[in-house]
Amino acid sequence: MIKNNKKKNIILSLDNVSISYGTFEAVRNVFCNFKKGNITSLIGPSGCGKSTVLRSLNRMNDLIPNCSLKGTVLFDGTNIYDKRVDPVEVRRRIGMVFQQPNPFPKSIYENIAFGARINGYVGDMDDLVERSLKKAALWSECKDKLNDSGYSLSGGQQQRLCIARTIAIEPEIILMDEPCSALDPISTLKIEETMHELKKNYTIIIVTHNMQQALRVSDMTAFFNAIEHKDGDGGKVGYLAEFGSTNKIFNSPKEKTTQEYISGKFG
Amino acid sequence: MEEKLTLFKNRKRFGIEKNIDIIFKNTSLVLSSFVAIILLGIILVVFFQSFESFARYGLKFLVTSEWNPVKDEYGAFTAIYGTFVTSFLSLLITIPLGVGTAIFITEDFVPKVFREIIGSFVELLAAIPSVVLGLWAIFVLEPFFRAFFFFLNNFFGWIPLFSTEPTGRNSFLAILILVVMLLPIVTSIARDSLNQVPKKLRNAAYGIGASRWKTIFSVILPAALSGIMAGVLLALGRAMGETMAVTMIIGNSNVFSWSLLSPGYTISSMLANQFGEADGSQVSSLFYAAFVLMTLSLVVNIFAQWLVKKFSLKY
Amino acid sequence: MNSLYYQKGLSRNIGDKFFTSLSVICALIAILPLIFLVTYILIKGGSQITLELFILEPNPPGDDLGAGGINPALLGTLIITTIASIIAIPIGVGGGIYLAEYSKGGAFSRFIRFGVNVLAAVPSIIAGIFIYALIVSTKILFGSMYSGLAGGMALSILMLPAVIKTTDEGLKLVPNELRYASLGIGASMYTTILKVTLPSAFRSIATGVVLGIARSAGETAPLIFTALFSYYYITGFGDLFYEMGSLAVLIYNFALEPYDAQNKLAWAASFILVLSILSVNIFSRILSALNEKTKRL
Repeated sequence: MIKNNKKKNIILSLDNVSISYGTFEAVRNVFCNFKKGNITSLIGPSGCGKSTVLRSLNRMNDLIPNCSLKGTVLFDGTNIYDKRVDPVEVRRRIGMVFQQPNPFPKSIYENIAFGARINGYVGDMDDLVERSLKKAALWSECKDKLNDSGYSLSGGQQQRLCIARTIAIEPEIILMDEPCSALDPISTLKIEETMHELKKNYTIIIVTHNMQQALRVSDMTAFFNAIEHKDGDGGKVGYLAEFGSTNKIFNSPKEKTTQEYISGKFG
Repeated sequence: MEEKLTLFKNRKRFGIEKNIDIIFKNTSLVLSSFVAIILLGIILVVFFQSFESFARYGLKFLVTSEWNPVKDEYGAFTAIYGTFVTSFLSLLITIPLGVGTAIFITEDFVPKVFREIIGSFVELLAAIPSVVLGLWAIFVLEPFFRAFFFFLNNFFGWIPLFSTEPTGRNSFLAILILVVMLLPIVTSIARDSLNQVPKKLRNAAYGIGASRWKTIFSVILPAALSGIMAGVLLALGRAMGETMAVTMIIGNSNVFSWSLLSPGYTISSMLANQFGEADGSQVSSLFYAAFVLMTLSLVVNIFAQWLVKKFSLKY
Repeated sequence: MNSLYYQKGLSRNIGDKFFTSLSVICALIAILPLIFLVTYILIKGGSQITLELFILEPNPPGDDLGAGGINPALLGTLIITTIASIIAIPIGVGGGIYLAEYSKGGAFSRFIRFGVNVLAAVPSIIAGIFIYALIVSTKILFGSMYSGLAGGMALSILMLPAVIKTTDEGLKLVPNELRYASLGIGASMYTTILKVTLPSAFRSIATGVVLGIARSAGETAPLIFTALFSYYYITGFGDLFYEMGSLAVLIYNFALEPYDAQNKLAWAASFILVLSILSVNIFSRILSALNEKTKRL
């Protein structure tokens, strides 16, 4: 399988992954391969577990009590849920951008330098800060106020700062959890432009509620759906309903539910 | 990829960083368990020190009031009675005062600024050391109330609580100073519980034409009751354990009397008063009394915590 | 007749008036003691403040020389409170970090949180006799019995629950997003705590800890059988192992003396104690009010 992945240029693959919170099963039996250099969108109605899946990709789920995962998540030839794997190391190679912009209460410069220092960056820090801010399309707006607090920026700028902070540690994959849901349309557009730029060097996996956004930015789309538990306790469990190129998912989906979801019948 | 690895030399987390992480976590774990160790230590030490006296006097210790180091006879009834009487009566005065003040602070009778000032005034009262309150009680409160005590004795002397001629420091003064100490606790907890009552409940009552106080009595107070109760219990625990001010003003006498106008004892004031000079089986008897006090205040406190947990789920 | 005009005589309106005045009276009674107390202490104690007070030893009661000063007690309070802080702050902050950052709401952390509340409710005099039985009567500290060190230990037991609680609650107020931000770029847990969460919660923790220290500076019951009292100057490090005076115990001892000179010293000591404790409290109140304001901006 590993060899297979290498050949197909696959960077991350989920193999029969089920995730539970305590006894409550959130997502069931997900198989999915993410290609290197692609932007992949995870879409679906709320409660389908798409964010849960995203968070499992760099073991952020470890921080939620009682959260457990079955199956394997293969990255760089290793199951990142292997007992010997250090979750902190995983996060150094798979960075994450969150729903709410969450800059540190430090200066813009320090926000970026913090992560780089943790990762033992030995190069020129000023240079790295400039490069990261440029990649996140924030440089022109804040090059004169690098020592101002990260909170002095607008919401959209803060989110791009968070992206710059993640880029600065040069991760192999960037996970984005609804990065634009708290932002206005103009900021959203800017971030989408940023993502197009980033695609050249990074693999991006993004959870989004906004189907137009998925259509605009992504190469591949995974549609998650939720069904009632078989035991009929009213709870729902998420599953991967369809996975394919964005073009195909939006224009000629195989599944009926996918068709219904993208045409706005539910969700 | 190769270039990345040379630029970020900690991409792999080195053993030392992992170890610091583990050590940091375990140190904090050990530090947090200190609380349990100290608590257990206190319970065990007090229990074992009181063992000799417990073996000797048994439960009789709780109901006899003979306290005679010369004859080696010990019974803590006077102090236990004093503990209960002072804490319950002071609470009886404090509850209406504190809840009334809390209502005043949470309703809009006066502008918010004034209410906040009154609120912080009452809370500042809690910051004044007990020993200073004791000093004040001795030199200000006692002379101030002396005439009142004679009045009580003259006209209500037929009630056992006021049956003795006032002689300076007494249990009644201890109750008064306890009221001053408990007031901030009851007021601030009652205020918090009143503030937590959802606004929609109040609006619902106003909406069907209830008057302000009808709303307070039939809707708001019942909704805040559990919180207020928990506050009252915490105050009760405080009252039973309160030492300095009470020791300074209660008169410290082991002679049992029903009357509040005669000197008395509480367990904590007995400890403060006698522990320094005690030896032999008196020490063990004092530890026995301390064990009783600790059990009482722990039971009250645990009950209060249980109450908070049980009813806080509602909102 | 059935008009919408306000009718004074209506029973519900009379009732409302009655209860409103009742609650006003309650509020008045609640603040009166504080006003009386503080003005009395400020006048009575403030009038005793002289330079000698700060530099002299107290004279033994009944002495014709006058009362003397409270230098040893003042210094003793500072030393004993410092010792208590040195013990309680690391343990409390460390324990609070465990509860807020590491524990996942399991049985152990629930038990510890419960224990913190219980320990806070242990009567202060019991903390005193506990240290007496453990340290003073056993002479475990290099053969010394009553000592400033033992007093500091007794005081630290009272300080500990307050420190743990403010740390725990202060850290829990730090939004999880901030933690995720740090962990999401591969920071270790301890780096996240030391560099991100603790600094964010620093102000609220510091306020709580300072209030706890101020509170314990006035505690008397834990000291009367541990640090005891001393009339003599504190001259060196070695004095930690001997009886040590404190403002609180001085007030207790001298309030009960029949001599006016000693009573006056007790008032003066009360003045200093109350003034410092109240100013710390008021200052922290202003500070947190300002904090609220800046947060809203």
